[in-house]
Amino acid sequence: MVQTLINIDKEREKANEHIKAQGLRVLVCAGTGCVANGSLEVIERFKKLGANVSTLTHHDKVTIVPTGCHGFCEKGVLVVIPDLDVTYVKVKPDDVEEIVESHIKEGKPVDRLLYVDPKTQKHISKNEEIGFYAKQTRTSLANCGHINAESLEEAVAVGGYSALHKVLEQNDPEAVIKEIEDSGLRGRGGGGFPTGRKWRFTAANKGGKSYVVCNGDEGDPGAFMDRSVMEGDPHKLLEGMAIAGFAIGADEAYIYVRAEYPLAIKRLRRAIADAEAAGYLGKNIMGSDFNFTIHIKEGAGAFVCGEETALIASIEGERGMPRPKPPFPANKGLFGRPTLINNVETLANVPVIIAKGAKWFSSFGTEKSKGTKTFALTGEVNNTGLIEVPMGTTLREIVFDIGGGIRNGKKFKAVQIGGPSGGCLTEEHLDLPMDYDNLIAAGAMVGSGGLVVMNEDTCIVEVARFFMNFTQHESCGKCVPCREGTKNMLKILEKIVKGKGEMKDLETLEELAQAVKDGSLCGLGKTAPNPVLSTLKYFRDEYIAHIKDKRCPAGVCSAMKTITIQEDLCKGCSKCARNCPVGAIEGELRSPFKINQEKCIKCGACLNACPFKAIKQS
Amino acid sequence: MSDIKTLTVNGKVVEFTDEPNLLEVIRKAGFSVPTFCYRPDLTQFGACRMCVVEIDGRGIQSSCTMPPEAGLVVHTNTARTRRIRKTVLELLLANHDRECTTCEKSGNCELQQYAEEYGIKDVSKYVQKKKEDYLPIDDTNPSIVRDPNKCILCGACVRACAEFQGHAVLGFANRGSNTVVQPMAGKHLANVDCVFCGQCQAVCPTGALTIKSEVNNVWAMVTDPQKKVVAQIAPSVRVALGEMFGLEPGENSISKIDTALREIGFDLVFDTNFSADLTIMEEAYEFVQRLKAGENLPLFTSCCPAWVRYLETQHPDMLNHLSSCKSPQGMLSPVLKELVPKYFDGYTKENMVVVSIMPCTAKKVEAKRYQLFGETDVVMTTQELGKMIKSAGIDFNALEPSKPDSPFGEYSGAGTIFGASGGVAEAAVRTAYEFVTGEELKDIDIKGMRGVDKDSRTKDVELDIKGTKVKVRVVSTLKEAEKSLQLIKNGTADFQMLEVMACPGGCINGGGQPRSCDDSKIKEKRAAGLYKEDAELPVRRSHQNSEIKKLYAEFLQAPGSHKAHELLHTTYADMFANSYRDLVKK
Amino acid sequence: MSAIAQNGIDYQKVDEIMQSYDYKKSNLIAILQKVQEVFRYLPEDVMTYIGTKMEGLSPATVYGVATFYAQFSLEPKGKYEIKVCDGTACHVRGSMPVLNAIKAALALDEGQTTSDDGLFSLETVSCLGACGLAPVVVINDKVYPQMTSDAIKIVIDTIIHEDKKESAGA
Repeated sequence: MVQTLINIDKEREKANEHIKAQGLRVLVCAGTGCVANGSLEVIERFKKLGANVSTLTHHDKVTIVPTGCHGFCEKGVLVVIPDLDVTYVKVKPDDVEEIVESHIKEGKPVDRLLYVDPKTQKHISKNEEIGFYAKQTRTSLANCGHINAESLEEAVAVGGYSALHKVLEQNDPEAVIKEIEDSGLRGRGGGGFPTGRKWRFTAANKGGKSYVVCNGDEGDPGAFMDRSVMEGDPHKLLEGMAIAGFAIGADEAYIYVRAEYPLAIKRLRRAIADAEAAGYLGKNIMGSDFNFTIHIKEGAGAFVCGEETALIASIEGERGMPRPKPPFPANKGLFGRPTLINNVETLANVPVIIAKGAKWFSSFGTEKSKGTKTFALTGEVNNTGLIEVPMGTTLREIVFDIGGGIRNGKKFKAVQIGGPSGGCLTEEHLDLPMDYDNLIAAGAMVGSGGLVVMNEDTCIVEVARFFMNFTQHESCGKCVPCREGTKNMLKILEKIVKGKGEMKDLETLEELAQAVKDGSLCGLGKTAPNPVLSTLKYFRDEYIAHIKDKRCPAGVCSAMKTITIQEDLCKGCSKCARNCPVGAIEGELRSPFKINQEKCIKCGACLNACPFKAIKQS
Repeated sequence: MSDIKTLTVNGKVVEFTDEPNLLEVIRKAGFSVPTFCYRPDLTQFGACRMCVVEIDGRGIQSSCTMPPEAGLVVHTNTARTRRIRKTVLELLLANHDRECTTCEKSGNCELQQYAEEYGIKDVSKYVQKKKEDYLPIDDTNPSIVRDPNKCILCGACVRACAEFQGHAVLGFANRGSNTVVQPMAGKHLANVDCVFCGQCQAVCPTGALTIKSEVNNVWAMVTDPQKKVVAQIAPSVRVALGEMFGLEPGENSISKIDTALREIGFDLVFDTNFSADLTIMEEAYEFVQRLKAGENLPLFTSCCPAWVRYLETQHPDMLNHLSSCKSPQGMLSPVLKELVPKYFDGYTKENMVVVSIMPCTAKKVEAKRYQLFGETDVVMTTQELGKMIKSAGIDFNALEPSKPDSPFGEYSGAGTIFGASGGVAEAAVRTAYEFVTGEELKDIDIKGMRGVDKDSRTKDVELDIKGTKVKVRVVSTLKEAEKSLQLIKNGTADFQMLEVMACPGGCINGGGQPRSCDDSKIKEKRAAGLYKEDAELPVRRSHQNSEIKKLYAEFLQAPGSHKAHELLHTTYADMFANSYRDLVKK
Repeated sequence: MSAIAQNGIDYQKVDEIMQSYDYKKSNLIAILQKVQEVFRYLPEDVMTYIGTKMEGLSPATVYGVATFYAQFSLEPKGKYEIKVCDGTACHVRGSMPVLNAIKAALALDEGQTTSDDGLFSLETVSCLGACGLAPVVVINDKVYPQMTSDAIKIVIDTIIHEDKKESAGA
């Protein structure tokens, strides 16, 4: 059959003209974070006040564009007005009038709404001059925040679907796989398996029905890059999936999105419907004989469904219990058919690789980890948010340049990377180029890219307990090591943070950690002990302090606190004793009171009650 | 033929062809690895992590889920694999009701066995299961006791229920360390659609699912001088019980069982094979009548109580297909109660207790059916009898052979093959052929109906009865049966007789048989034992059994007679209202 | 005969939901999500109904799926979910009188967790880590510190009042 493909360049030109006709575009972030901060109201205000005003920059029209996430969620609501290249932060609905009057009408940026550099206290208007953005290289997130995520036209205008057009024109699935292999792209969801190789394995089973599955079950606490792509640039993901489908010979696909992402689900549904209507998805895509349908499956709240075989079980309508591998999904996956599973970020990189070439992509990164990687930077840094940097960027650049250093001038202690499957990196790793292999060697992992920065006030044992609590809560319960092992590991960690640990507990903890790591059925279990193992490796002395000295060096674990009444400050009013829930404070009126340390539960009620600040906690 | 490939296990080169997984190849090499969740007749699950091995270049893998590949270098006993197994055992034990001595599974429990083999002495460092957190035990039905506090969540029962019976009465619930296996919303088995086939219990590695034991009850009866205790023994018991005393599966030990029962204190010992012949007389007659009239076809066999219950609860609209014949157990008990006092001194209906020894847990429920109530007094499984023999201090293998009491002890080869899937149909055809044609069926071995392995769960045989084509379908497992029922419902069934046994392979693999879940060859050997006896018996057709002839001549007159109906036939009840489907249809 | 309104359950609605997902086993999670949207929880009878009516499922299997995913609730939840902290500090500071006051205000019987009008559901939780503010009550993520039996009554009355205004406005 001779294919007559549509002319994508013409489509793009048309789309661009349409966008030009919008006049001055005011980009207001409508990602989940900014919506929580009130961006929908900001948009409404803009629409009311900003429409039909004449602008200084001679636009005859102002168009308010709700965009996807800019990443700098902490500073939301973010508003970008490109005519003067200004980014406004923390915009409240009441600020809109001033922006319209001053910036739009008179061309004077509103200084008080600009980003203030925490180091220099300078007000910065240009996006690329903000430390947070300056060191980033955005590929998968390139369009997030710059286009209206609910408009197919805007996606096409910035090159959407031209990569798919290119592969359909070449009509050579093998060449597509080769290109992805050459790019060196590795799975962005956790393990870092070479994407091209995965595609080749699945393509080897071509013939019958095959599926593409996009893993959008981003469950790591603190990671939200996939949400940003789905909310901010859904067409890029759809295009990546279609290219994958073409390469491996699949005509049907599923996106598994966690139910906690309602906005992503809404935007994806809209995007699929628009793309199908325009012939970019569905039957005879762009005039070719390639068919590709994408369905959305909503998760129902189970972290383990991020594991690919559990995800398959969940799409099939079952309990999300992982299945043993082999057989790998490439051979026997969804509904027993060959299935390619990639996560959102991986697939979002595909159109860029096809459009710009494997060479361009592999020019970023390190020898074995190519391209860029997104990280969700959170914790005790000045700038938190979503970032994308070339693989191999050092921790120092991320924490101190992009993150703007540690908050309140505190000392850097460690970062926890890779969420509940990852480990921690310490000062000695600050100059380590971060890529898949270096992180594994350091006992951590890229994981989905959650990066929690900790300062001297963070208790590392408590952090380990937090993650263990998470995994044990999310264990599916199928295999014994994970089900019973994580339960017991958590119990031991709870004992230690409560000051009831014994040295032999550490032995049991390490023994269990090893057995859970070696023996578990799936990735969740195999990696569950990582936070414990890595904190034990780098901060063993903190564990020992908790156990032997019954002391929490960071002063976090409440059970280790001692609360005392300073005799010289105590006036003997008895308010503390009356507020003590356990009757641990005794004394006579008008003479200093005392806390019975054996009875004290360290709840802090007395601290708040004392009118003379005579009670101290250490 | 498949190619022969090799791999290495613990330094030993072993050949393999189409073994489904590495674990089987390891066993072939002469090594065993422990496992709780691997059952060859069920899909692999990979949950217990006991069968982990270390493979050069591949790390730790569960051998039950790993496909064998040429050239693999496998180690079963490395420090890492042993540590994983030991930790798994310790963790399971810490979270387990460890009252082993009073557990029904004691001595037959895999958890107990491996704990001993791996030298687990102390699990106090782990979180202990607390008495106050124990979940209630379900012992409200006559067949199966479910004790969730002994469940290790291997999921074998869940798979057995779904994959054999297509039913999934048992399922996982909750998540993580709160996971449990239970019927819908934790209800009692008696209150859900359970058919009591007992396969869940047969694959359970621990005391979480056990047979509800009548052992103490029977001891009380046989030691009570006021009671006359008579036994009947089902066909498949004879080729399995010996396994509990070191005999090979399939070795026929009926003559020793008869002696053992007498030594235990049973007053008379009869054989259910006799009433299997009786069943054939009635059922073959019924089949011929239905064929002539063209009514209620296909005829469904009614020997399997799990199948009967399945129809009553799930498809009461199809009960007209079911043969009105009682099962062999159901026929023999009333015959004994009626006629033993006539033939034996000192026996009355009132002082007689009929105990049946069955391979089956569902028979316990059958005996409690209101239509049959009071006929069979106690149903004991093969396993329970084995325990009784052990407890009696009898050296089973040294027993002198003896014969069953007569009458009601003689049987034909047709009666004995009832124990294997296809046997009832084969026996029926041998007799029905003669009923129709008046001639002996020449080709007495109907091979197409035989076979008890995984691939033989639906077998079709077409017969030529003097120009009349008759198609017989033989099915084991209710999952397969359901498919045939759908064919009947949509009008595409082309068979006139449907034999259904709920247990895979038939009664030889019943829920009350000695443990056979870790070797799928056991049921084949047991079936072979029955077919061997059939081939060796002088009489191989039910209607030629001289005691049967005598029974009809002296008492029952003819198959299908009024007297026969009174004693040997039964009715079925629409149990729809007791089942979930109630909710669906109304 | 359709199965409308047995035990107060609209089975026709359940049928419609299953229909809209082609009675496909692989759509079970979506079906349960829709059911929960309609009923505010997953009634046991509805799970049984789905498990029996849909091919390849059983009531136990549906129950297994429902109890695996955190999103599903087997008990009706109120529009306002009240959590009363019963950690040590709150307990000794009188969380039980507060709890009892809530039960009285909502006319909850022993063992009842959701008010008859479905507006409130009540549960106790172990320490919320706000011991200094004890006793605390959390209603839909809003923390109410230093509660007394009188204060909580005012809080509840306010919510009822606001809710009425809201629904009248809507």
